[in-house]
Amino acid sequence: MSALTDLSVHASLDLLRAGQVTSRELTQAALERISALEPRLHAFLTLTPELALRQADAADLRWRAWQHDPAGDPPPLLGVPIAVKDVLALKDVRCTCGSKILDNFVPPYTATAVERLLAAGAVIVGKTNCDEYAMGSSTENSAYGPTFNPWDTNRVPGGSSGGSAAAVAGRYVPAALGTDTGGSVRQPASFCGVTGLKPTYGRVSRYGLVAYGSSLDSVGAFARSAADLAPFFTIMAGYDTRDATSMNLPVPKIDLDGAPDLDGMRIGVPQEYFIKGIQPEVEAAVRQAIVTLQSLGAQVRPVSLPHTEYALPVYYLLAPAEASANLARYDGVRFGLRQPAENMIGMFKASRGAGFGPEVKRRIMLGTYALSAGYYDAYYGQAQKVRTLIKRDFEQAFEIVDAIAAPVAPTTAFRIGEHTDDPLAMYLEDVFTLPANLAGVPGLAFPVGFDRRSLPIGMQLMGPHFREEILFRLAHAYQQATGWHLRQPDLSI
Amino acid sequence: MLTLAEVEHIANLARLELTPEEKERYRQQLSAILEYAARLQALDTGGIPPTSSVLPARSVLRPDEPAPGLDRPDLLRNAPQVEAEQFRVPPVLDQSP
Repeated sequence: MSALTDLSVHASLDLLRAGQVTSRELTQAALERISALEPRLHAFLTLTPELALRQADAADLRWRAWQHDPAGDPPPLLGVPIAVKDVLALKDVRCTCGSKILDNFVPPYTATAVERLLAAGAVIVGKTNCDEYAMGSSTENSAYGPTFNPWDTNRVPGGSSGGSAAAVAGRYVPAALGTDTGGSVRQPASFCGVTGLKPTYGRVSRYGLVAYGSSLDSVGAFARSAADLAPFFTIMAGYDTRDATSMNLPVPKIDLDGAPDLDGMRIGVPQEYFIKGIQPEVEAAVRQAIVTLQSLGAQVRPVSLPHTEYALPVYYLLAPAEASANLARYDGVRFGLRQPAENMIGMFKASRGAGFGPEVKRRIMLGTYALSAGYYDAYYGQAQKVRTLIKRDFEQAFEIVDAIAAPVAPTTAFRIGEHTDDPLAMYLEDVFTLPANLAGVPGLAFPVGFDRRSLPIGMQLMGPHFREEILFRLAHAYQQATGWHLRQPDLSI
Repeated sequence: MLTLAEVEHIANLARLELTPEEKERYRQQLSAILEYAARLQALDTGGIPPTSSVLPARSVLRPDEPAPGLDRPDLLRNAPQVEAEQFRVPPVLDQSP
């Protein structure tokens, strides 16, 4: 038998059900691998071994009770170890958001998405590293130092959910939670060679997710295959009265049993995503993957998303504008870092100046400018109108296709430090992931090849609002027919 | 190109204390980003409504039922300074005579 940490979510559940492995054994194996590899990957900000083993023992009790009397179904993830990005609240466990300003913050409640996974029996081994307040594309903006890519530790894992992607790629855990405001699940999934979902905006409750860009934020997840990812989506999704933007719609059943058959599925290929400057190996691998989907029965046709090039400036006005408002709450009054000062305004300024890192300050400044008197119409107002054009591009495309296939990022993982001196160059890494957030559509990223440096290449499928099941069906068919998602980085201990 | 005075004005609005080096760095970086964003001005958006949310516009109402809030000790335990079960802050008004 392979190592316990190599097991998929489904294989773990099969063994747990059969009584051939315990959740404590799975959890111990995860914790041991983490302690062996963390010096090389730095995927975690906080580990929760006592909590995890307590949850594991509780899961084992329930499994034993079920084995004696198999009445009803046990919770769907009972005993499976997972990791959670450190922007999602877990009651009584430190939540830093990768920021020094929240270094000692302990949330008094648990995020809905996390609560639903706990109710489903998942075991949480820790909180993962990320760019500060999820602002970044490399995890280098974490105040606690970067995460390293398991495929090449001189390179970034992507971001902002880089710790969760590395934890799954590094086989610490079979699945982990991330969040995606401008590509922060899909891009690290691409860089780390794992499967990652950004659900439709409004599909998963944002309650307990520390807010960055509230009209763009979505809670997603990583796993090593679409089949493993599907239960995380269906468990987290669904209406929550505590998030006014969560939609009261039925969550689709994702049935991936049966032979992969994509007959009648129409896939659009947008010319605007195959532009000058894209790494040739990325384009070749994505085009090959589209051919594979075609060979499985899908029809492929060109589509146009003509306003794609404007997504970057729109995003980098709207998201910072929303962030500048959302991050006003970090003022040293009720929680977080406080710097002493003579009066309250001075305390606000000193605390924020000392507590926020360079990228967070940059975005707060940018957003404050875009919203300030005299510039509001030219920047924020115009960006919101162009957002409408980007959204309409997708609506028109989805009149003729069921899904859109495109690269996740123009390149494979870049080197640590490569873009840190040039914020605009770093923002350009997000050029293909931002449109889905602006339009609110779901996106699923998964590996479709490797470049000559053996770095993973990712493709994303984007679908109409609330049609995640289409993306799962396509990705699962692809993964049944290919083996890229099964490749593992060499992390011999 | 942004001026230093503009950077200081924005920093004040955002309640951010910046070092002289930070001010100069953000002056250059924000100028470059805003110059890049200026390409949006070229688009004709006459008659195009703004999108503030991708979801259909709707009012969200729930029954107004009393329910327990979060526990006071839980909420106060992250506070930098507490007095008499309340958040303590420095003087809001200038105290000089």
